[in-house]
Amino acid sequence: MKLDFARAALAAAAAGRSAAIATNLRSGLQTLVEGSDRTGDLALDQACLAAIEAAVRDDRSTTIDTAEGPVFIEVFNPSLRCLVVGAVHIAQPLAQMAALAGYAVTIIDPRSAFASEARFPGVSLSTEWPDDAFAVLRPDRRTAIVTLTHDPKIDDPALTAALRSDAFYIGALGSKKTHAARCRRLAEAGFGERDLARIHGPVGLDIGALSPAEIAVSILAQITATLRADRVKARAAA
Amino acid sequence: MDDRQQIVKQVEDWRAAGKGVALATVVTTWGSSPRPVGSKLAVAEGGAFVGSVSGGCIEGAVVQEALDAIRDGKPRLLDFGVTNEQAWEVGLACGGKVQVYVERVE
Repeated sequence: MKLDFARAALAAAAAGRSAAIATNLRSGLQTLVEGSDRTGDLALDQACLAAIEAAVRDDRSTTIDTAEGPVFIEVFNPSLRCLVVGAVHIAQPLAQMAALAGYAVTIIDPRSAFASEARFPGVSLSTEWPDDAFAVLRPDRRTAIVTLTHDPKIDDPALTAALRSDAFYIGALGSKKTHAARCRRLAEAGFGERDLARIHGPVGLDIGALSPAEIAVSILAQITATLRADRVKARAAA
Repeated sequence: MDDRQQIVKQVEDWRAAGKGVALATVVTTWGSSPRPVGSKLAVAEGGAFVGSVSGGCIEGAVVQEALDAIRDGKPRLLDFGVTNEQAWEVGLACGGKVQVYVERVE
């Protein structure tokens, strides 16, 4: 592989764009595809370009057969993101674990005493109110959102913005009672049952988690199960 | 940083230090393979490696091929599976099959 291609593809993904590298597995010839730009010595016909487009859309690297031999299409899509609202104790292990699992993590908390560099070294922090922060961060279908403050002043605007986004996962910390009250408030604000069903509350898989790190495990496990739901389904059907 | 970003970063560091590097990538899987398509293993001259293309069953063989690729510059497409002739040495205990592409980093 040309290191320049890998660098360019990773830079595109980091900037929120998609890219792909196509490699002929017989000749080793390679082309970088970014939008309508193509760089490299592997010629790509219409069928190849269509396969690349599909692979990028499905976020799935794959090998296709061509007359000139197998071609491996490697997809470079923007990172998965995890937006955590509430710079509380649980957010500390969650930020570390989510980063290990490959998520770009941002912690959002308007209380700057909580969202401090000292408490979250090296983690991207925002001290905006969640609705303002989300307007900039623009959560998409590769984003997980977790609210941890269980303070309606902070969580409710976050959940409102989350429900208006395509985020693949929305989770909210709080007891069953807290969650029921939260759903009532959101229903009064105009959200329907199908919207509210998108919120995982109480957050996390029920594994009896007690400590902040254990709760972070249960949350990251639930995010993973949601992200990989089609794999679980395929296995159940087999 | 995800696995791939970390591996490319390591490749850059090795290259900056003047070392030859090869990259092995899982390009096809059948059945229950431990690592999905796109998983990578980077190997430097001298035998240091990061990442993985299996649960550890075939890494030894892939590192050998990668070192050869660093030397001769030729890409290689390797098949591993229980039906492989080398099954006793480098077969996949899980019963899956994988195809691994090995190329020198230019």
